Amino acid sequence: MQTLVQTGAVTKVHSVRRPWLRDVIGILAIVIAGAVGYWLFPDNLALLTRIIAVALLVLSIDLIVGYCGVATLGQAALFGAGAYAAGIACVNGVTEPMTLIAIGGTAGAVAGLLMGTIMLRAHGLAQLVLSIAIVQLFHEAANKASSITGGSDGLAGLMISPLFGIFEFDLWGKTAYLMGLALLLLVFIALKFVVSSPFGMLCRGIKQDPLRIRAMGAFVFPVLLKMFVISGAVAGMGGALAAISTQVVGLDSVSFELSANALVMLVLGGLGTLYGALIGTVIFMGFEHVVSSINPFHWMTMVGALLIAVVLAAPGGLSSLVEKVRGEKA
Amino acid sequence: MQTIFSIGIDALAFGMVLFIICIGLSLTMGLMRVVNLAHGAFAMIAGYIASYAARDLGLGYAVAIFLAIIGTIVISIPLERFLYRRIYGSPELTQVLMTIGITFCVIGITNYFFGPTLKTIPLPQALSQPVDLGFRTIAAHRLFVIACGAVVAGGLWYLIERTSFGIKLRATVDNAAMSDALGVRTQVVYAISFAIAIGLAALGGVVGAEFLPIEPYYALRYMVMFLVVVSVGGAGSILGAVIACLVLGLVDTTGRYLMPDFGNFFFYAAVILIVCLFPRGFFGRAQ
Repeated sequence: MQTLVQTGAVTKVHSVRRPWLRDVIGILAIVIAGAVGYWLFPDNLALLTRIIAVALLVLSIDLIVGYCGVATLGQAALFGAGAYAAGIACVNGVTEPMTLIAIGGTAGAVAGLLMGTIMLRAHGLAQLVLSIAIVQLFHEAANKASSITGGSDGLAGLMISPLFGIFEFDLWGKTAYLMGLALLLLVFIALKFVVSSPFGMLCRGIKQDPLRIRAMGAFVFPVLLKMFVISGAVAGMGGALAAISTQVVGLDSVSFELSANALVMLVLGGLGTLYGALIGTVIFMGFEHVVSSINPFHWMTMVGALLIAVVLAAPGGLSSLVEKVRGEKA
Repeated sequence: MQTIFSIGIDALAFGMVLFIICIGLSLTMGLMRVVNLAHGAFAMIAGYIASYAARDLGLGYAVAIFLAIIGTIVISIPLERFLYRRIYGSPELTQVLMTIGITFCVIGITNYFFGPTLKTIPLPQALSQPVDLGFRTIAAHRLFVIACGAVVAGGLWYLIERTSFGIKLRATVDNAAMSDALGVRTQVVYAISFAIAIGLAALGGVVGAEFLPIEPYYALRYMVMFLVVVSVGGAGSILGAVIACLVLGLVDTTGRYLMPDFGNFFFYAAVILIVCLFPRGFFGRAQ
């Protein structure tokens, strides 16, 4: 954690000269990476779209864990709320994809409001346990309300109408992928503004010392709750994107396992930087795709070993390693 | 009346199983401030050892329990020495990640060696038959589990409150640097407490195999439940853990008997309610 704060300070000195240049380069890099993925893996676009959807989830966790310091293992509740809201709306006749994304985002935000209200009552371990309890409750609710959600069979039969009335959602998933990429870019740029706003700085302050922020006259609870709502909207849009691209919503989208995996991705990439969230997701899911096709249990052993290695060798995640190397060069 | 009685006995036995496993977690968390999510993994390892000893080697139940406890502690010593010792005093998130990593590794390796099927631990004749209490008959195994829980609770209370090791332990918890300066070998105290916690997890894993069946995902499936019990009871409190286990065991068992369709719904609803009312658990230490 200490190193993370220090590297943060170092980058700030760098970015004083050209505050916007780094971000423009970073966003260009995302566009290029997206385009390269599109040309290199035309047969795996469904997987790439899935990665984008999970990347939105990981970004939303980063907002809460990385910027506010609230540990959560239940973020999939928000992802699942978005996915189920979009799925249910779609089955009931709302088939316009942009509207579905908006519905997912709204549902996620409402779920985030609820979750934040409950979770922020506690601290430390109790908070972590509350987040787990909430995601398990959502899971049970989705499982039991099978007349609406399809229960353990999943909610199938989503028929999405063409994007803007022109672009069909085809078998290859090109439309879904490009829409997902555009969505990710928009969300990423919006979040860049959010985290560098005074509100974002206040959140970081709360992460470092909530008592001091309170002494300075700011109200901690509403600030964190606001971040929960933003985070919920991002996670909900990710859920809606997953629902649109696969045309199925399963119980796994609101599971504890998904929450834990997403947190692992975030920590692998690096807490408290938006780029870290993206890098971690791509590396984790890419590896998972390759290794788990050989043997799913070897995959678990490998993730476990990887986690231990990250905690021991690079507590700030991979993106902090990059910063460290760059710092030594400079 | 019959239903209420059998719910009561089952809830008590289940609560005691939870208690035996969770009290070790509660100790590591309350006394050593380590969020050890791999606790269930150690209970699972013990279950596998006991199952191997009792079924494949044909040893007796008592020997199997003994071997399981010893074996699990032996496995845990290098882990404590090389992995856990680095995360004492780290932020919670670091500890959570490290111990989730250990859990994943244990699951993967166990599955590689033992396969994904359920493992049973055969009960001896004396424990598998019902016992007549005069007005009701109940399974001997339930009574055995309840007795184990009572012995563990009493023994731990005595160890922590009445022995010289208990004094050193409490001193280390309150102020490790000062105890070190006064000549308490804190590293040794930590290592022994860790071994006790793991040994209790092992005991709980073996005697509770009837309630929580041994399979590779054991470590992950019940991890949440163990964590919940500890945070509801308040980390580091024996009395809190007893009450939490009994309350949650009752809620869970009653829910399963009366409304099996809703599974874990009542359990987690109760957890949210309790944690909202008592943010530090029933008897948690003020932080």
